[in-house]
Amino acid sequence: MSEYLVQFNNISKFFGKVIALKDVTMKLRKGEIMCLLGDNGAGKSTLIKTLAGVHKPDEGEIIFEGEKIVFDSPKEALDIGIATVYQDLALVSLMSVTRNFFMGREPLKGPPFFKTFDIEKANKIAAERMGQIGIDIRDPSQAVGTMSGGERQCLAISRAIYFGAKVLVLDEPTSALGVHQASVVLKYIVKAASQGLAVILITHNVHHAYPVGNSFTVLNRGKSLGTYEKKDISREKLLSMMAGGEELDKLEVELKEMNRISS
Amino acid sequence: MSTKSKSIESKTDFNQDDRLKKVSKLKVLLNRPELGALGGAILVFIFFGIVAGDTGMFSAYGILNFLDVSANLGIIAIAAAMLMIGGEFDLSIGSMIGFAGICIAIPAIYWGWPLWMSIIFAFSMAVLVGYFNGILVVRTGLPSFIVTLAMLFILRGATLALTRLITGRTQVPGLRVLIENDPIAWIFATDTFKWLFTWLGSMNLIALRTDGTPLATGIPPSVIWFIALAILTTWILMKTRYGNWIFASGGDKNGANNVGVPVGRVKISLFIGTAVAATIFATIQVLDAGSADTMRGTLKELEAIAAAVVGGCLLTGGYGSAIGAAFGAIIFGTVSMGIFYTDVDTDWFKVFLGAMMLIAVIFNNYIRKKVTESK
Repeated sequence: MSEYLVQFNNISKFFGKVIALKDVTMKLRKGEIMCLLGDNGAGKSTLIKTLAGVHKPDEGEIIFEGEKIVFDSPKEALDIGIATVYQDLALVSLMSVTRNFFMGREPLKGPPFFKTFDIEKANKIAAERMGQIGIDIRDPSQAVGTMSGGERQCLAISRAIYFGAKVLVLDEPTSALGVHQASVVLKYIVKAASQGLAVILITHNVHHAYPVGNSFTVLNRGKSLGTYEKKDISREKLLSMMAGGEELDKLEVELKEMNRISS
Repeated sequence: MSTKSKSIESKTDFNQDDRLKKVSKLKVLLNRPELGALGGAILVFIFFGIVAGDTGMFSAYGILNFLDVSANLGIIAIAAAMLMIGGEFDLSIGSMIGFAGICIAIPAIYWGWPLWMSIIFAFSMAVLVGYFNGILVVRTGLPSFIVTLAMLFILRGATLALTRLITGRTQVPGLRVLIENDPIAWIFATDTFKWLFTWLGSMNLIALRTDGTPLATGIPPSVIWFIALAILTTWILMKTRYGNWIFASGGDKNGANNVGVPVGRVKISLFIGTAVAATIFATIQVLDAGSADTMRGTLKELEAIAAAVVGGCLLTGGYGSAIGAAFGAIIFGTVSMGIFYTDVDTDWFKVFLGAMMLIAVIFNNYIRKKVTESK
C-alpha cells in the first residue's frame, strides 16, 4: 500500500465545451489536512462533487487505499469512507439533534418486522458525541434550529465521523461563521485529523486555512496551481496565488501611484 | 446498519445526567405540535358543556353522534397530516372517497361480485391512485398541490361519468343486504361494545327506545378505526425509522437524500396512505348508508387539511403530529354537531372552521419561529 490514503490523479471534468477541471492532482495521508483554496468560480464545487461521487471524472483516476476506484453514486463514495459535508450540512432544523444525527441510519431494536427506532440509544450516542467535542447540548431532543452555526457544523462533521468516514471533505465549513465559532470548528477539524482522518478542507479564506492545513492546493480557473507543504509557502504567497498574483501586484502599484499623486 | 468507526475521540468522562439539564415537563409539553389542538378541544368541550350541557349533546347517544362525525373526518385528517409532515399535499382525498364508494358499489350490485371482493378492489384502486399521485410528484418535481388538484377533477369526473355510463344514474343503492355474512364487510360496519350499552340501558343509565333497547347501540366502526389509526400513526412517527424519514423528507428533501433517506419512496407511500384512508372513510360510509353516491366526499380534502393544520402541521412540512390532527378532527366534529344543540344557526359552522384554521396557522407559525430560532 502506498503512503497515501487517497490520491486524486490528474482529474479533469468537462461540461460540454467548458473545462471545469483540468489535471488536478491531490494526495492525502492519514491525519493530514489538505486545504483546497480557490476564488469563486475556480472549480471548487465541481471538484467536491467529483470527490463525492456526484460527477464522474472525465479523465484521471481516484486511488483509495492503494486501489483504483470508480464511483457510480454518492452512496458508493460514502460506503468506502469518503464523506462530504456540504454547506447546507444536510440538517433539518425542525428535527431534534438525535433525529438529525441518525437521519437515514437510525439504530433499530426489537424483533424482525417490528423493529423500532432505538431512541434511547440514539439519544445517548448523540449526547455523548456532542459532549466529546465540547458542545453541551442540554437535551438531545432539542431542535437543531436552536443550535448555533458552529455547533451545527460540528454536528454534521461528528455525524460523518461516527458513520465511518476515513476521508472527510468539508465544503466551506467556516464561511458562514463568526470568528469565535470558526475557531471552534477549526479546532474540531484538527482534532479529527489527529485521530487518523484525512481531511480535505475547501475554503476561500486563507486565514482559516493556513493555521490548520498541512498542505495547500490552489485552484484557479479549473487548474491546480500546485500543492505546497506548509513549510514551503507563506500565508501572503498563498493569498496572492489565490487572487491571481499579478492582479494584486498591479493593484498595489496603482495604489502607490495614487498615494504619490495625492500626497 | 451503521458501522461504528473505531472510536475517534478518546473517551472523555461523560456523565449523561450532568449534560442533560432538567427541562420542566411543562416546557416539553409546550413544545409539542399538538398542544394547540388539545387546548382547543378542551375549550370546545367546556364551551358546549356550558351552552348545551342540558340538551342531550352529552348523553351517550349525543356523544357517539359527534364522535362518529369526528372520527370519520379524523381518519382522513390523520393521513393528510402524515403526508403534510412528509412535505406534500393531497387535494384528491375527497374525490377518492367518491371514487372508492362506487368501486365498491358497482361491482357488488351490477357485476355480481361478492362484497368482500369489491372492497378489496376499491383498496387496490386506492393504492394505484396513491402510487400514481406519488410517482408523478416525485418524478416531475411539480408541486403536489397542482398534481393532486388535477387528480381531484379527474377522479370526480371519472366517478360521475363511469357511474352514469354503467348504471344510468349517480347513486348506487342496495348494498345493505350484502353486508350480512360477508367475511370482510363487518370490519367496516360493526358497532362494538354492544354488551356495554345493553347493560347501561338495563341499568337505566342511558336513554332507551320505547321497545326497551338502548338508543345508542354501540361504538360505531369509524371510532374504532379512528383510534386505531391515531395510535398506529403516532407510533410510526415517534418510534420507527420510517417515522424519522417522514420528518426528514418533509423538513429538507435534499439534505435527507444526501444522508441516504429514500425520500421518493417515503413520499409515494404517504400518498398511498391518504388514498387508502379515503377508502376506509368511503367503505365505512357506504356500508353505513347502504348506498354509494358519486358526490360523496366533496370538499373533504380541505376539511382534512384544515384539521391537520389545527393539529399543528406546518404547511411547509417537516413538523406536526398525527395525534394533533386527531384532536383537530375532534374539534371540527364536535362543533359541527354541537351547533345543532345551540341556538346558533348552523350556517355559522363554516365561519368557525375558517377562523379556527386562521388562528391555528398564526399560532403554528409562531411555534415554528420559536423552534428554529437560535438560542
